[in-house]
Amino acid sequence: MIRTAAENATARAAIMARVGEALRIPAPPPHGLAGRSTSPVDAAGHPSLAILPLEAARPWLPDGGATPAESLAVCCENLTKLRAEVFQVPDLAAAADCLAAQARQRDWRRVAWHAHPLVEPLLAGVPCVSHRIGGDAGFDKDTLEACDAGLSACECLVAQTGSILVSSQTCGGRALSILPHVHVVVATIEQVVPTLADAFDLTRERHSGSLPSMLSFITGPSRTGDIERILVLGAHGPKELLVILVGSHAAQ
Amino acid sequence: MTAALPSSPPAAGAAKRQFLHDAAEHVRDVGHREFVRRALGGYYTSRDTQKARYRDWEQARDAASMAKWSAVNRLDELLPRFEAAFTANGGQVHWARDAEEARRIVLELLATAKAKAVIKSKCMTSEEIHLNQALEADGYGVVESDLGEFIQQLRGEPPYHFVFPCMHVRRDEISDLFGQHLGTPPTDSPEELTMIARRHMRRLYVDADVGITGANFLVAETGQISITENEGNARLTAALPRMHIAIAGIEKVVERLDDLAVLLPMLATAGAGQPMTCYNTLYAGPRREGEADGPEEMHLVLLDNSRTALLADAEQRDALHCIRCGACLNVCPIFKNVGGFTYGTTYQGPIGSVITPHLRGLKEWNHLSGASSLCGACTDACPVRIDIHHHLLHNRRNAARSSPDRLERIGQKLFAAVARRPWLFATGGWLFRKTLGLAKAIRPPVLSAWLATRDLPPAPAQSFRAAWKRRQR
Repeated sequence: MIRTAAENATARAAIMARVGEALRIPAPPPHGLAGRSTSPVDAAGHPSLAILPLEAARPWLPDGGATPAESLAVCCENLTKLRAEVFQVPDLAAAADCLAAQARQRDWRRVAWHAHPLVEPLLAGVPCVSHRIGGDAGFDKDTLEACDAGLSACECLVAQTGSILVSSQTCGGRALSILPHVHVVVATIEQVVPTLADAFDLTRERHSGSLPSMLSFITGPSRTGDIERILVLGAHGPKELLVILVGSHAAQ
Repeated sequence: MTAALPSSPPAAGAAKRQFLHDAAEHVRDVGHREFVRRALGGYYTSRDTQKARYRDWEQARDAASMAKWSAVNRLDELLPRFEAAFTANGGQVHWARDAEEARRIVLELLATAKAKAVIKSKCMTSEEIHLNQALEADGYGVVESDLGEFIQQLRGEPPYHFVFPCMHVRRDEISDLFGQHLGTPPTDSPEELTMIARRHMRRLYVDADVGITGANFLVAETGQISITENEGNARLTAALPRMHIAIAGIEKVVERLDDLAVLLPMLATAGAGQPMTCYNTLYAGPRREGEADGPEEMHLVLLDNSRTALLADAEQRDALHCIRCGACLNVCPIFKNVGGFTYGTTYQGPIGSVITPHLRGLKEWNHLSGASSLCGACTDACPVRIDIHHHLLHNRRNAARSSPDRLERIGQKLFAAVARRPWLFATGGWLFRKTLGLAKAIRPPVLSAWLATRDLPPAPAQSFRAAWKRRQR
């Protein structure tokens, strides 16, 4: 019944042979690109196969701020435009107060969390049941589904786009940040990076050799425009995204 | 094995007849056109707002087109690199030469997983290979989780637009549809309708054994697949079931992770007027040791299905750069007037008109090359600089070369013969001016369709050449 490795190898060889045959004739340069001064072209006006280093493209993309303080400001502005709620607090104690206040105000009964030095100190004041996701015991999908909020750390925040990068290794797996109705992210302001490219650099430094099985850029609460192109928040993922940012540049 | 699958090829010329018939119908439906126009109105505004945030959109397009150009022209090197890295991450690659092979692979994977319930997130390649019909024919319950795709699945229709699948459906129709299938009370609130789908789907994510997704990019450097979505349904589809199957065309490979730093924001801005799509997720194999959750197995079906035929056409190879943002549909005057279904293709609009003749045969699909005013709005909108409207011309030329139209040829020759002889040209013009009024009076059958909605102008007293000569004096 199941396709054998040999069958797969035959299909692979056939496709690769077609690819090799097709590429024997070189393609012209991308439309409108030949002759543009910033494009890496050779003397004949054809783009070189060694492609544009990303460094060249960085200044053309949306701005991510030149200094850490600027990046933080851009990041907060973008998050707010995306309808995430941002809370800037000076320290972890204030972050815990902030979370407790939100939990009371929104009447949360169950909160899911994962073990992390930024997450655990916030739980003490939360006035409801909390479920730890991860660890040896694993977790029950239904329990997580029933949670009002998921509390997680993140890898970094991207100022340029207002995105939050979470990973399955360091942020409580895949479901914690997507299944509960509210996603609360706690991060320090030092975790804000200017651009997506910086986020990739960071990923490479931190995880080279063993990539997390999932890395996800979260850009605002879940949304859809499928009905008459009218924006609705909370399609399948979290309806609300709360970001608690700890620290301040002015104090340093 | 099933009647639902397109088995025997349709009669020659059927696709063209269907296009002409449906186009004529849609063009007359002013209400439909107005509805589509209004739905796209918000898109234009937000796209322009987001484009303005780029410090140089045109240069960013250069970078994006270079990234795709460089990858597509080195598929021979990058596909094996991607495969090796993806396999090292613990995933399995399955190569599929055509739609039939791809369907067979997925069915076999479902059998080994002993799957009962399958949840799917939006995947155009699965539409291309008619996967759902094959799964249902084999008795699998399969649910589309993307809201627009879910609505289309309930309606029994293919997507109307490959990014906005149900943009043609009014909210009251959706309310009725949900009432009929899910037993929910009527509502005219898009928010309430979205919440109905949300509540309905939650149970299904938790219960599904297998999740099927598409992929927007395959990163050769790291062996990751990248999935772009707004709703979070793909995230859930790849998080909760035991097995994750992704289906992607071979042209989706990019070389480096860094390429996504350009491509992800541009895909969102060009396609939906967003700074970034809500979830851009990179998957590297199944759940790893130490991770809280995730599937036990991850499979990728790599699909050719005539993409190599397009690759072999060096002139139009850049059509494989397409990142399926849908920007060319949103700006196309033809799309906005004839609507998505008229194309009769998986990929609608200008890019669909370019690639469908390559994927499914120029002879049967060349009429799509004429579904263009050649205004070039598509080419201007394309974030990866595909020369879309010129490719429509290239397809017309290729079609004329491979099967020339006898009558057209004779006509062209006749005209050339007349145009080369000034006295004959002048006589012809004189004859035309004299008989124009007569044609108006008689209304010969050849002109009746044209004259039904139009008036002929009065014939001028003299030819342009004569008028010009007089003016020069």
